[in-house]
Amino acid sequence: MLTRLSGGTVYDPMNGVNGEQRDIYIRDGRIAPPPADPETAAVNLDLRGKVVMAGAIDPHTHIGGGKVNIARALLPEDHRPDPVPRTTITRSGVGHAAPSTQATGYRYAEMGYTACFEPAMLPANARQAHMEMADIPIIDKGAYVMLGSDDFLLRMLAAGKSQREINDYVAFTITAAQALAVKVVNPGGISAFKFNQRSLDLDEKHAHYGVTPRQILHTLARAVHELGVPHPLHVHGCNLGVPGNVETTLKTIAGVEGLPLHLTHIQFHSYGTEGDRKFSSGAARIAGAVNRNPNISVDVGQIMFGQTVTASGDSMAQYRNHAHAHPKKWVCMDIECDAGCGVVPFRYRHQKFVNALQWAIGLEIFLLVDDPWRVFLTTDHPNGAPFTSYPHLIRLLMDRSFRNECFATLHPDAQKMSTLGSLTREYSLYEIAIMTRAAPAKSLGLTDRGHLGAGAAADITVYTPHADRQRMFEKPDYVFKDGELVVKNGRITRVVDGATHTLRPAYDRGIEKSLREYFDRYMTMRLDNFRLSDAEIENDGRGRLIVHRGRAA
Amino acid sequence: MLIFAPQDKCAGLKPSHTVVRGQPFYPFTFTQMMTETVQDSRSPSAARRSFKSVTCPFCSLLCDDMNIESRHGRLRVESVRCPRAVTGFERPSPPASARVDGVEVDLHEAITTAAKLLKSSRQPLFGGLATDVDGMRAALALADRTGGIVDHMLGDGIYRNVLAMQDRGWMMTTLSELRNRADLIVFAGTDVISDHPRFFERFVWNKESMFDLDTGGREIIYLGRGLDAGAGVSPQGRQPWHLKNDPQRLGEIISAARAALAGNPLQAKTVAGVRTREVNRLVSRLKAAKYPVIVWSPPRLDFPAADITIAGLCEFIKELNQFTRCSGLALGGNEAAATAGAVCTWQSGYQLRVNFGPGHPEFDPVRNATGRLLANGEVDALLWISSFDPAIRPPQSAIPTILLTPPPEEFDRVYSVYIPVGVPGVDHAGQMCRVDTVVSLPLRKLRDTTLPSAAMVMQMLLKLL
Repeated sequence: MLTRLSGGTVYDPMNGVNGEQRDIYIRDGRIAPPPADPETAAVNLDLRGKVVMAGAIDPHTHIGGGKVNIARALLPEDHRPDPVPRTTITRSGVGHAAPSTQATGYRYAEMGYTACFEPAMLPANARQAHMEMADIPIIDKGAYVMLGSDDFLLRMLAAGKSQREINDYVAFTITAAQALAVKVVNPGGISAFKFNQRSLDLDEKHAHYGVTPRQILHTLARAVHELGVPHPLHVHGCNLGVPGNVETTLKTIAGVEGLPLHLTHIQFHSYGTEGDRKFSSGAARIAGAVNRNPNISVDVGQIMFGQTVTASGDSMAQYRNHAHAHPKKWVCMDIECDAGCGVVPFRYRHQKFVNALQWAIGLEIFLLVDDPWRVFLTTDHPNGAPFTSYPHLIRLLMDRSFRNECFATLHPDAQKMSTLGSLTREYSLYEIAIMTRAAPAKSLGLTDRGHLGAGAAADITVYTPHADRQRMFEKPDYVFKDGELVVKNGRITRVVDGATHTLRPAYDRGIEKSLREYFDRYMTMRLDNFRLSDAEIENDGRGRLIVHRGRAA
Repeated sequence: MLIFAPQDKCAGLKPSHTVVRGQPFYPFTFTQMMTETVQDSRSPSAARRSFKSVTCPFCSLLCDDMNIESRHGRLRVESVRCPRAVTGFERPSPPASARVDGVEVDLHEAITTAAKLLKSSRQPLFGGLATDVDGMRAALALADRTGGIVDHMLGDGIYRNVLAMQDRGWMMTTLSELRNRADLIVFAGTDVISDHPRFFERFVWNKESMFDLDTGGREIIYLGRGLDAGAGVSPQGRQPWHLKNDPQRLGEIISAARAALAGNPLQAKTVAGVRTREVNRLVSRLKAAKYPVIVWSPPRLDFPAADITIAGLCEFIKELNQFTRCSGLALGGNEAAATAGAVCTWQSGYQLRVNFGPGHPEFDPVRNATGRLLANGEVDALLWISSFDPAIRPPQSAIPTILLTPPPEEFDRVYSVYIPVGVPGVDHAGQMCRVDTVVSLPLRKLRDTTLPSAAMVMQMLLKLL
């Protein structure tokens, strides 16, 4: 059956379409080329006056896995004011900072999102992360596997193993954990914390293995590059949240020697030490470095004011920050000689100098990075703010006078420390379509997502343009997932199951021999059971795998 | 034996609905296919087969190093001496039929009757909840549809721990960290072995460890009179240190220890039946250790306000981290309590004891307790799942009760509906969450059966509602 979406104003940056009136055709869940006779379409949806984009893609959102589930369990008081009632077609649940799985899928879809990626899946926790994501309906999912504080890798580095052997291990882990990309969090630092080191700077040695974060970063960035993983190494750097960490971040960029790198929630890594309070914005320096280095992409991790919960693999940083917990409770975990996690609820306040400046720093980065193909829209959900704040964030980027009104409500000292008021840039709809669709799809290697060219998956969002961009983006008229109408006027009309995107880089399976021996000697599960099978994800037809081959290495 | 095949061999193992005697079964998992001996690969019912690296679902440690021999469908645990595993795997599965009011009926009639009961119920309770991830998913879907309440058979223990966690949070560790890193282990109010028989063999007296820790030199400390400290004797014969405090007054020991750690030791000479000097010594041993771990088991802390004792323990652990690294490890979680809690949390946003009656989940661990609900007549139908041990029955009550268990040796009473179900990890494949809340493991199908899984029964029920 051919469906025609006619007359909408289309923003499709991957195909260079900038606000042109176009007809879009859907057949069998895919975008179809225009037929010779448009009247052959069985269904015609008149979209004149509407804005049409591909479904949005969130490349960094904590939606599944142990630390998210800890955050859920920890905060019943955050769920209570935001119940999600059962309907005849949807399940009940809860929302706000750490929503239940079903509510996560519904709310993302209702906002026009059709694919979301969990950025911090621990190998030891991969099965649970996928089980949780399996219960997130409608949207596509995928995950980045976390390496860099795992004993096996640190052991290999300490023993001077070759890059090739390390590549094999990284590829094995991507495959076994059913991941799409690789993330490193506080390289070596999560492990160092278990040896009672309380900080680990870029060139500082791990007390046990003697390796430095710089070595770990470089080796992993190279592995990811050489294995042909489309998404560059996803880096949560050293010293998250520490004033002065802008220097570490700049050194990280310089030290990677041109290898592709994605620096995530860079806002949290862009702090200087100037001013009376020894806390200042490093946004201009960071944006300058991003602008000068085409191998670098970033997502911002914008903070928004209000209650949220921070859930991170960075147990070292989370332990350091626990005194700021609001409400006063927090969880840290050491995990399987593999990783860790920390969950600290947090309330960002306008009138708190540090929080106000964090807000401004995020927006400064958005506005100072020239190339929207290399800066993605995230709040590091839920760490900076829940993902439901995206429409508000889009308005801040697109509407200078609104932004300045908000800026004027901040702690006055923070206003003095920020250049935000003088930044005149306003994002266009085309640029928003780049940073929320085309760019993340391109970065992740999802060739048939994030655009509306013939052959792409028919993941489509239709909005009514409105001067208030928040209103426009929070309630799309229509959302199509793989060609099915799933949302109408911002409400779910049909529940489908999204797919799981994974990658299978080639590697020498000899590595499995050493891993098998290692697991048998030290670990508390067998290698065979560590490995997550396709059948477990497909679960009798409930789930669907999309296996990406990656680019030629 | 083919231990690990190249990934591309996986291509032929696409999931399929294998139909055996009219019942759909789970697809084989990749792991399962790859680790079975090639002795006989026709089906699990073949005369003789060996299964390696099998996950044991009969306690929350989910040991996955089991070798199971199957002879004509009878299973035998090889190489491991664990009473829970042997009882669980080797329990025969006698032929069984569904029943309505004690009368044998076919599956269809039993399910139709159960659906009618749930439909006419104004407030059903989904209790027991000893099942795998898919079973728990199905139970939650049913509870959501019918406005029911969910609580696990070990809900009292879960509740103590959850309250402590939700009050102040905690610092925890996992089994592999314990095994490789812990140089001092405190067992607070539990000897562990009665609930988790292989705990010491696998995580305390393991021969090898990652960081060349001399595991035999680990310092073992028990807190509480009446605990069996035998397992804490090292292979070289080193005796554990046993502080024989009044078990119900563990909280006082912890408070005294926290005071000592803060530099304000008690003036009193004794606390909870032990000398204050001993408590001070406990604190200095913990401070001197590199990676001490404090282990407790919520079901074993069965006294009033035990959640406050657990919260105190958790604060003590956090405070120790100002000096060294220290972590907690909460055990318990048997009968798939860890699985039920995890799935309930991700699907509803709340830990167990959730009421879907208002049309959305409401968490109240006091009101939604099985014992209280039944005693007060606040629920009018009960669906009870015990898919690992058929002998675990719901508390007595007069309300219509639907029982899902593997075939029992005998019934303790007449149930409104009884539906025999398979054992996850024996009769069907599946997944379960381990007690440390991080690792989860695949379960395998080890024998042929006509029994449906609890998940399948509840999915069928859902279709009729």
